[in-house]
Amino acid sequence: MADGTQTRAGAADDAELVARLRLGDERAFATLVARYSPSMLRVARMYVSSQAVAEDVVQETWLGFLRGLDRFEGRSSLKTWLFRILVNRAITRGEREARSVPFSALDSGDEGDSPTVEADRFGADGAWLTPPRPFDQPEIRAHALELRGELRSALAELPERQRVVVTLHDVEGLGTDEVATLLGITENNARVLLHRGRAHLQATLAGYVDHGAGRNEPARGEDSST
Amino acid sequence: MTVLNFLGRGAPLSCRELVELVTDYLEGAMPARERRRFERHIAGCPHCTAYLEQLRTTLDVLGTIGEDDIEEPVREDLLAAFRGWHAERAGDA
Repeated sequence: MADGTQTRAGAADDAELVARLRLGDERAFATLVARYSPSMLRVARMYVSSQAVAEDVVQETWLGFLRGLDRFEGRSSLKTWLFRILVNRAITRGEREARSVPFSALDSGDEGDSPTVEADRFGADGAWLTPPRPFDQPEIRAHALELRGELRSALAELPERQRVVVTLHDVEGLGTDEVATLLGITENNARVLLHRGRAHLQATLAGYVDHGAGRNEPARGEDSST
Repeated sequence: MTVLNFLGRGAPLSCRELVELVTDYLEGAMPARERRRFERHIAGCPHCTAYLEQLRTTLDVLGTIGEDDIEEPVREDLLAAFRGWHAERAGDA
C-alpha cells in the first residue's frame, strides 16, 4: 500500500506542532486544526443528529484539548488523544439529544460466521467457481474520483458498528487496538466488524468496476458539447 | 494431506476459507504458522491473489475518501479561542 504513508508521516511533526502551540504559536494550532478536524467531524457525525451539532462537538473537543494540554505527555499519539476527547463529548451530546447510542446498542449487521463472499461462488471443494476479476490498475486510477464516491455511499450504508470501525480504521487510520479501546470492544471484535464491512465494500467496488466504471458516460449530460 | 499434517504444515486452505482470513492477514493478527499456510495458498492461486489485490485497492481508495477541508468559519472561531487560551495562560504564568 504505497499510499498508506500519508497518515503515518503526520505523526512525527505532531509532537513538534504541540511543542510550538504550547509556546503560543497560532499557526501550529491552525495546522493541527486543519489536519484533524475533517476526521473529527466525520467521527462526531456518527454519534449526533446533525452536521451543526457535530461541528459544535469538534469545537468543544479542540477547546477541551487546549485546556487539557498540560496533561498530554505524548505517550499516546495526538490523534488518539483527540479522538478520545471527541468520542466522549460526542456520546454525551448524543445522549443529551436523546439519541442515546452506546456503541454496543448500534446495529451490528451480521457478526456471525456467515460467509462474506457468496457461497455459490465456490465449488464443493471450496475452490473458486466465479473468481474475482483482477482490477485493472490504470483503469482504477483513471476513475479514482468515481470510485471514491461509490465507496463513500457504500460506507454510509453499512450496518452502524461496521461503519464506525471501518471509518476509524481504514479512513482515519487508527490501529485496531486504538479503535477497540475507543469503542470499548475487544480487538478481535473490532477485526470481525472490520472484516465484514470491508468485504461488503470490496464487493461493491468490484461490482462497480465489473459493470464498467465510467463506460456508460456521458450519463448525466456532463459532456460539455452543449 | 496426512503427510503435510505430519510435517506440521497444516492442511491446505481452500479459497472459501482464505477469503475469510484476509483481514487477519493484513492486520498481522495471524500466528506465524497460519500466515505461512495463507501465503502458500496465495502463491499458488491467481484467483485468491486477485481477491487480495482487490481488497488492497479498496483500502487504498478508502484511505482517500476523507480528504476534505474544514469550513472557514469554524476555523476562525477556533483560532480566536486559541488566542484567548494563550492569553489566559500567559496571564496565569
